[in-house]
Amino acid sequence: MQGLDFSVVPPYWALLGEGLWWTVLISSVSSLVSVVAGVGFALLVLYGVPVAQYPVRFFMWLFMGTPLLLQLFLIYFGLVQIGIDIPAVGAGIIGLSLHFAVYNADILRAGIVAVDTGQTEAARSLGFGRWQTLFNIVVPQALRSTLPALGSMMVALLKESSIVSMIGITELVHSAQLAISETYRPFEFYLTVAALYYIVNLILEAGLHGIERKVGLSR
Amino acid sequence: MTDVRPMIDVRGARKSYGALEVLKGIDLSVQRGQIVAVIGPSGSGKSTLLRSINHLETLNAGEVWLDGVKVNQKLGRAAFERHINQVRQQMGMVFQHFNLFPHLSVSDNITIGPIKLRGMDKAKARELALVMLDKVGLAEKIDAYPARLSGGQKQRVAIARALAMQPKVMLFDEATSALDPELVDEVNLVMKQLAREHMTMVIVTHEMRFAAEVADRVLFMADGTVVEEGAPDELFRCPKQERTRLFLRKFLNP
Repeated sequence: MQGLDFSVVPPYWALLGEGLWWTVLISSVSSLVSVVAGVGFALLVLYGVPVAQYPVRFFMWLFMGTPLLLQLFLIYFGLVQIGIDIPAVGAGIIGLSLHFAVYNADILRAGIVAVDTGQTEAARSLGFGRWQTLFNIVVPQALRSTLPALGSMMVALLKESSIVSMIGITELVHSAQLAISETYRPFEFYLTVAALYYIVNLILEAGLHGIERKVGLSR
Repeated sequence: MTDVRPMIDVRGARKSYGALEVLKGIDLSVQRGQIVAVIGPSGSGKSTLLRSINHLETLNAGEVWLDGVKVNQKLGRAAFERHINQVRQQMGMVFQHFNLFPHLSVSDNITIGPIKLRGMDKAKARELALVMLDKVGLAEKIDAYPARLSGGQKQRVAIARALAMQPKVMLFDEATSALDPELVDEVNLVMKQLAREHMTMVIVTHEMRFAAEVADRVLFMADGTVVEEGAPDELFRCPKQERTRLFLRKFLNP
């Protein structure tokens, strides 16, 4: 039996750092895109013309009904076959973004519907158009009320982002695996990586709480 | 009075929700600077009438005109949207439940219309907000959020928000019905001030005393029709219709 010896980790800081960088980069871009796309999907499903509404509904149903890993494979390996060659990082971001956008859209849809109709009437009575009212009045309020749920999705996305290692991206988990393949010290590296995820999550949660406190003032 | 064209002209307004007919052919004409109070029991259709003036309710039949422009024109979807947004900018509306935008400060509540719809620059819009808040006596609340205001203050901000669009008319939909009794006066005072400035107003209200004080003309509605209308003195002191008499008796001597 081998004892735990974390002195094997420091020589691999650069590698783990690179993994951390990709994890943070891919997660933050995907989080942002997934919220923006979530707003778009929610609005299309609720208010879009049928031509736009039904494809979006179908797409959401498709993305909710299949595993993220399969979606990534389809985007990265599948699309090449029909001539669409997306680099791994791009495919990873697209896959994570769309997958979580579908969940965010469902959350936001409920949030949008819950905004008091008096808000829409007030905006319309001032002379705001339908979409102006949605973007200036309704969506900002829906984003505020759904912030805790959207934040949970971001935390989930950060952790799920490890799955992009399956299409060859050296994110945090994959960088640990590389280090382990040289050192045969899985426990030390996996624990180190777990700690790193934990730290990034703490920062993310602190940021989300900060925003919640700030918008809480305006209620 | 050279200009005889009414500011608001409603002709033969009909509206049904399914089998329920809430407006049974209403005519209402409001001259420039005139103040009309609409009273009547709940369910009489008075709110629906008011809301159909700025097309928050779509009439099944009849016409609505604002200052010589037909409000409920037959147009294509996109063209009507442009038309109605233009028309609504000229009509301020005040709601029973204030409907301030909770995510915006008082200042932003007032300036969002002028900035987004009129392209006013931010500094000028804030000056405008200050002027409007001064009018309703709330200049010190310019940076507060709606949640920090009392009901009466919220309604005064809502009035300031509507006024900031410099409307031709103001529509009040039971503006004081949701307020605690001690907060009603501050809102009524603002409305009286507007009356002194000769703002054209249609006021749907449950407050007979206020209607009598401020209105040039009172409409009594019941069951989707105008039962009686006239100067407040006549209508409140010696109503001609039995229905009006019954309603007033219940209200004035509860």
